[in-house]
Amino acid sequence: MAELLNNSGLFFALLGAAFATFMAGIGSSIGVGKAGVAAAGVLSEQPDLFGKVLIFQLLPATQGIYGLLVGFLILSNVGLLGGGVEDISLLKGSLYFAASLPIAFAGFFSAIHQSKCSVAGIGTVVKKPDQMGKALILPAMVETYAILALLISILAVNGINGVQV
Amino acid sequence: MAMLKMQRIYVYALLKYCKDILEALQRRGVVEIENLNIEDSVFFKDDTSAYQAQYQRMASTATEANEILSRYVKQKKGLLSSFKGRKQLSREEYDKLVDETPDILRIAYDIISCQKNIDTNKAEKIKYQAQLDIIRPWMSLDVPMNFTGTATTRAFIGKFPGDKTTTEIVTELAEIIPEVEGIEVEMISHDSNQTCVFILTSRTDADAVSDALRRIGFEYPSYISPVIPKQREKEINKHLSNRDGRILENENVIKSYAKYADKLNFLEDYYVMKTERYAAYDDIATSRNTFVLTGYIPEPDAGGLKEYLETTFDAEVEFEEATNDDAPVKLKNNKFAEPAESVLATYSYPDHHEADPTSIMAIFYYIFFGMMFSDAGYGLVMAIACAVCLLKFKGMEPGLKRSMKMFFWCGVSTTIWGLLFGSFFGDAVTVISNTFFHTAPPNIPGLVTPIWFNPVDDPMQMLMFSFLLGIIHLFTGLAILGYNYIKYQKDYLAVIYDVISWYLLVGGGILALLTMDMMENIAGFTLPPICGTIGGIMAAIGAVIILFFAGRESKNPIIRLAKGAYGLYGTTGYLSDILSYSRLLALGLATGVIATVFNKIGSMMGDGVIGVIAFILIFIIGHGVNIGINALGAYVHTNRLQFVEFFGKFYTGGGKEFKPFKINTKHYTVKEEN
Repeated sequence: MAELLNNSGLFFALLGAAFATFMAGIGSSIGVGKAGVAAAGVLSEQPDLFGKVLIFQLLPATQGIYGLLVGFLILSNVGLLGGGVEDISLLKGSLYFAASLPIAFAGFFSAIHQSKCSVAGIGTVVKKPDQMGKALILPAMVETYAILALLISILAVNGINGVQV
Repeated sequence: MAMLKMQRIYVYALLKYCKDILEALQRRGVVEIENLNIEDSVFFKDDTSAYQAQYQRMASTATEANEILSRYVKQKKGLLSSFKGRKQLSREEYDKLVDETPDILRIAYDIISCQKNIDTNKAEKIKYQAQLDIIRPWMSLDVPMNFTGTATTRAFIGKFPGDKTTTEIVTELAEIIPEVEGIEVEMISHDSNQTCVFILTSRTDADAVSDALRRIGFEYPSYISPVIPKQREKEINKHLSNRDGRILENENVIKSYAKYADKLNFLEDYYVMKTERYAAYDDIATSRNTFVLTGYIPEPDAGGLKEYLETTFDAEVEFEEATNDDAPVKLKNNKFAEPAESVLATYSYPDHHEADPTSIMAIFYYIFFGMMFSDAGYGLVMAIACAVCLLKFKGMEPGLKRSMKMFFWCGVSTTIWGLLFGSFFGDAVTVISNTFFHTAPPNIPGLVTPIWFNPVDDPMQMLMFSFLLGIIHLFTGLAILGYNYIKYQKDYLAVIYDVISWYLLVGGGILALLTMDMMENIAGFTLPPICGTIGGIMAAIGAVIILFFAGRESKNPIIRLAKGAYGLYGTTGYLSDILSYSRLLALGLATGVIATVFNKIGSMMGDGVIGVIAFILIFIIGHGVNIGINALGAYVHTNRLQFVEFFGKFYTGGGKEFKPFKINTKHYTVKEEN
């Protein structure tokens, strides 16, 4: 039993990588999907706005990438990407899991809420294409919190790498 | 860091030159005409809306004609044609084309009427086709379909739903009207949907038979041929080929106008320009023989225009300093900062009581963009792509040109940061030499090893550096606030109350923070305790100034203190502003790590031929996606740092953009000599 517990460190590390990737990924796909629906509606009337609405659709896509980034950093730290798997203690694996939480949750929710701003921004651009710059800033405000979460996740994953437990 | 001086311009001239002067102003595009509202015994205003509507209609005629033309004649349009911009015409070319406009307009009308003919003929064709479909089952009928019988007989020509035999029909009829005899049912055709029949009966029984037929589902065809169906078929086919001929004829007429596509574009532009001139005419005041025009003109353009109008049209031109607040704003910056004007424009133009921050913002803009994108390879791709476009398409529209130049500088900055951080398409050089050459990569500083340090290995140092840049950025913003106080409002004390106080408070706070033990872990260094004392004193002085003077416009001392305390609460704003610069680290890491991921995936197929092909494919697609998504992120978040953190410290905006009366066309511009 003790041995099983000790070996489950890798499992928790992997769980963390998976969690960061899929939670943020789900959030982004919901967000990009919502914005995409609004963008497609615009295209039926004003196809020349494609370039502009595409940018709005892509805004909530970044959270998924942040999740991927953290997931990748964890996989790389525990040696799952070639180079042989290290022995990971249960505590260390759980730490990786904890480190994935900020981007998993902040990414999930911020992508969804950012997409609402994006949809509204698409509405703005349809009526006033020259107000693109301002309309773009509003969804970007939401993303701030995903970036802050990403920062903590990255710093934590990097920090855990050096911890001897 | 400048705004052009605006002058108010007055033009007085004879009415007979009005058209020419407006044309000249439109071509030069240096005057913003202001609506002059004088109506008295001498001056009056013409209503030109009828003309405007008429010319607008002609412009849309040209557009429509060209749209129709493009349906029949394939027009060449390159992938990069949107970069080309409008074609420039010389004065002679322009005048020549203007002479041709009546002919081109006739062609435009002709094209539209041809298209109308085509549409009518196509509609007719559909009608005949439908008739043909209806009479097709009746081909073996040898009387016209409206045949009702002879003197003694009555004929019923019609159909039953579904497939029926003559026996069935006869039986069904016999069941309803057993007393009637001598009903002749002739089968014309039948399929699973309908059965077409010719029924003959004696005239005396006609009513009973008609009634019975209706009861068993008999109905007349929806189209009844007045002649024998075979003959009608011939007629219809003749009509159809006739219509086809007419359609082809009209199409050929349209196609023969293919070479006029460019001229139709000109026609559209010509009438758009004309409409706008008439709109401008609304803004001037005319008397019986003269007119007055007023507006704004940037100072450098004033002299040339005055000379031109006075010598060519005998006009009288006067200028005066535009001092009012609603005078429009035109920015003037050096080559390096000018592209960033478009970023400022998306926020707001400066008003007349503040400096144009473009040149200072541009420096930070390029730095921040480069740090977030931070890859030498990506920066090179971006800078080269922009440079090639700029060199290849000289006639590019000014707005697009500015963006291109801005992204060129962003690309340059990205390349420099990439070299400092040792990122060239991520770790592409290392991966390629390890996977395909099985050797350690050559030690090229910048491409393999960082010139400065690698943020992925040492994120804390990068974080500290980001905060440092943020503090510089914010303090620069405060400095501009102070500059505005001194230069535009002559309010020297406000500099102490609103600028220096914050320098002391925030600067002192940071100094004190750096002496704490915990900084040893985070930043890797601490300052000696004496700095803490100095910082504390500085912060305290700053705080006291803010407490007592932030609410200085209130007379009531209690409200004033309360406002001061609220001002102190602004410290939290500075804290979150500084933390916000951590995005420089986060987005920089995102670019680098994702690039590394793609390189890793690319190298997973080994070093065989398949491995090389896979690597190249994954490299191109992966880095392409990464460039797209991270350039977007860098652009948006650089804007945010400027708009929210930087402008929030000093910038009010609200100025009106200088929008001169000029040629606002889609396809052509006219070159102005001299």
